[in-house]
Amino acid sequence: MVSQSTIERPAGVADAKTGRTEPRIKLAVKDLSIRYGKVVALHGVNLEIHEHEIFGIIGPANAGKTSFLKAINRMDVFTPGMRVSGDIDFNGRDTRRLNNVYALRSRIGVVFPLPVGLPMTVYDNVALSPRLRGIKSKAELDVIVQRCLTRAALWDEVKDRLNALGSLLSGGQQQRLTIARALSQEPDLLMLDEFSIAVDPVTTMRIEDVLKELRQEVTIILVTNLVQQARRLADRTAFFLDSECVEIGVTEDLFTGEVKDQRTRDYVEGRFG
Amino acid sequence: MTTANTAMFQASRLNQRNEKVQVLYRILFGIMTLMLITPVLLILGTLVVKGGGVISWEFLFTPPTDGMRTGGVLPALIGTIWLVMTALLLSVPIGIFAAIYLSEYAGDNWFTRTINLAIINLAGVPSIVHALFGLGAFVLFFGFGTSILAASLTLAVMTMPVVIVATRESLQAVPQAFREACWNMGATRWQTIRRVVLPNSVTGILTGVILEVSRTAGETAPIMFTGAVFFTPFLPQSVFDQTMALSLHLFVAATQVPGIAEDVPYGIALVLIGLVLTMNSASIAFRMWLRGKKKW
Amino acid sequence: MAISTTASRATIAAVGGADSFDRRNADWYVDKAVQVLVFVCGISAIIFVLGIFVFVTKEGIGFVFQHLDFKEFFLTPYWFPSDADDPEYGILALMAGTASVTGLAMLVAIPFSLGAAIYIAEFATGKTREALKVLVELLAAIPSVVWGFIGLVIMNPLIIKWFDVPVGLCVLNAGIILGLMAAPIMTSIAEDALKAVPDRYREAAEAMGATRWQVTYKVVLPAAKNGLLGGVLLGVGRGFGETMAVLMATGHAVNIPDSIFDSVRALTATIAAELGETVVGGEHYQVLFTIGILLFLVTFIVNLSADLIVRGIRKG
Repeated sequence: MVSQSTIERPAGVADAKTGRTEPRIKLAVKDLSIRYGKVVALHGVNLEIHEHEIFGIIGPANAGKTSFLKAINRMDVFTPGMRVSGDIDFNGRDTRRLNNVYALRSRIGVVFPLPVGLPMTVYDNVALSPRLRGIKSKAELDVIVQRCLTRAALWDEVKDRLNALGSLLSGGQQQRLTIARALSQEPDLLMLDEFSIAVDPVTTMRIEDVLKELRQEVTIILVTNLVQQARRLADRTAFFLDSECVEIGVTEDLFTGEVKDQRTRDYVEGRFG
Repeated sequence: MTTANTAMFQASRLNQRNEKVQVLYRILFGIMTLMLITPVLLILGTLVVKGGGVISWEFLFTPPTDGMRTGGVLPALIGTIWLVMTALLLSVPIGIFAAIYLSEYAGDNWFTRTINLAIINLAGVPSIVHALFGLGAFVLFFGFGTSILAASLTLAVMTMPVVIVATRESLQAVPQAFREACWNMGATRWQTIRRVVLPNSVTGILTGVILEVSRTAGETAPIMFTGAVFFTPFLPQSVFDQTMALSLHLFVAATQVPGIAEDVPYGIALVLIGLVLTMNSASIAFRMWLRGKKKW
Repeated sequence: MAISTTASRATIAAVGGADSFDRRNADWYVDKAVQVLVFVCGISAIIFVLGIFVFVTKEGIGFVFQHLDFKEFFLTPYWFPSDADDPEYGILALMAGTASVTGLAMLVAIPFSLGAAIYIAEFATGKTREALKVLVELLAAIPSVVWGFIGLVIMNPLIIKWFDVPVGLCVLNAGIILGLMAAPIMTSIAEDALKAVPDRYREAAEAMGATRWQVTYKVVLPAAKNGLLGGVLLGVGRGFGETMAVLMATGHAVNIPDSIFDSVRALTATIAAELGETVVGGEHYQVLFTIGILLFLVTFIVNLSADLIVRGIRKG
């Protein structure tokens, strides 16, 4: 059993390290509901994500995890039938009411379950976002491409074939390319959606190491179907089940049985899902 | 035991009969296919035999002489090139943008279905009705007179579905995941189309454009009253001029010129078919080459 | 590298700060402009179809309202438009010409194109199949004026020789020409319809021991029924609206045919042959446009039904 003090500890790891100062809120979600036509994908979610933390989201399939990411990124405007209600504040700015959703998305990097290397060269894949921002200088682009590929632990493998098609790399390489591309956005928030689903275990471990380092600079939302991955990486974790957010807590608490809801314990211990 | 054996034996006899029926049908349908194709090949062969002799550089590059009874096809050839190019200039941009709308923007609703129905109709309305439309709209109402412009506009409206359909197909062949990856990076719809979708479908679009060239070059009825004339000794200088055209020239040579040298109409037919089939084969070859190139 | 990192960060701050979520930049406006542009082009097909109807009607409607006697127009075969004293406009013979030629063409085209489609889609494999498909596509590309020419100079003498008739430009000639013309298109559409039947249907039937033909007859054909019917209808529309080939191969004589060796004249060919001689706005001119309205409406209905029938399978 875990000591009583751990349970009493207020939410937010920052407390332990920096004393009494409140952690800065990167993303505040209030009463979020998502529907596709008549089907409810997510209902009544309230949570806050702190700056520079890895926030894990676990839960079985169809729990509404991916829809949650789509709502943050305002992909609802491009998804026929998707209806979102409630508030999502990003950096204190209400994302439900803004004129330029593209500017919002350009600050948020997304990595998908299935790797998507765009059908252009590796170089162009990573240079795409900077180019969209208007960076034209070759020298500047070179630096960005090398830096992002290096940070995504892919540089050594592709430095000699930057002109190869990104869409023809191996699955594991494409997934790291996707991460490099997300990093090239210089994102404020990085969202990964079950990134290890189509990736071998070795690459998964390498990407996990990359994420641990990235935590210094970016806030990360890690949606995962592997509870142990959340345990390895996430500072705090939310458990989604049947279109609801059942529980939010410090990750270690969830795994040591200090939970408010029995279903969380069951899921973490592998009794369903 | 015995019954089981008999049953098995019978089953295999049945199978043998089925096999025979199967072979019979295979042959039957094979013959039907051949009967569809062979006459056409024979006819084309005849055209080549009868018209091949007249084809020469001189035939292509001299005007008709002696009241069109002898001589070459130069003004008709040049006229067809003018008509096709002007028609493409008008229909290709509109057609591509229309296809982009249908593939990238339109939802699955009654409005989109109406557009699709309109496209089918545009391709299905008789060519002579297109001619009436061209006469009523471009020649008379807009006051372009009988000119290359009026004829090309008529052709453009008529053949636009070819570009739309080919473009839409090649746009839709680009996986949705690429678009979503791009949108998630903050690219607008147009940036996504321009940087990811179009570069990966441009060759497919080109296939459609070549196909449209072939279709446009062969049309006769739509240009009869809108801009093409039976005979003019002058080459067109601008889109407001009238012109001869290969397709109409063939009609005229075959039906309206008494005493024409027998091989001249065959020669014209051969030039027209050559032009159309070359373009069409190019389009097909291009498409096959494309299929062999894997990009994802 | 550190310097450049700061540089990029600065760029971000300039273009990507939270305030910028409200600022519509050039890219935003370009995107909106393109959206409007492609929408306008997208609806252009509708505009053109309406335009065709409006302009053809505009030129022909005067006759419809002032002089059109429905009974005389549709039910008499007397077409004497250039009679100076008492022109007569009965299109019965023209309709009979179009119907007989189209009907014969479909008799030729439907069985052969269905047979060819079944062979290509269900029996042929690999290279043969690719070659046949390319061939069919090329046949579909031969221009109609070339077909008319073939009817005139190749079919005409053959029919005279084989059947010992005085004139070879007749229903038979035009019907065969039109059939050969429509067949490749119908073959392509029918083949598409057969290919649209999911392979798992075939596999399931084959697993039960059925032969290729049994699979085709019992499973594929019923499943592709609507698509095939749609293809046939589009072929009918094509034949009905064909102009140059029937103008050149029918003999162009106003006549209700008794046999397939009679010369006839089609609705489309009449417009093509006579429009050049008319005075713009004159009665004859208007009558030809009235025939145009009729042609437009009939093909519109044919295409609409084909579309509805084909859509039927997708729902079912």
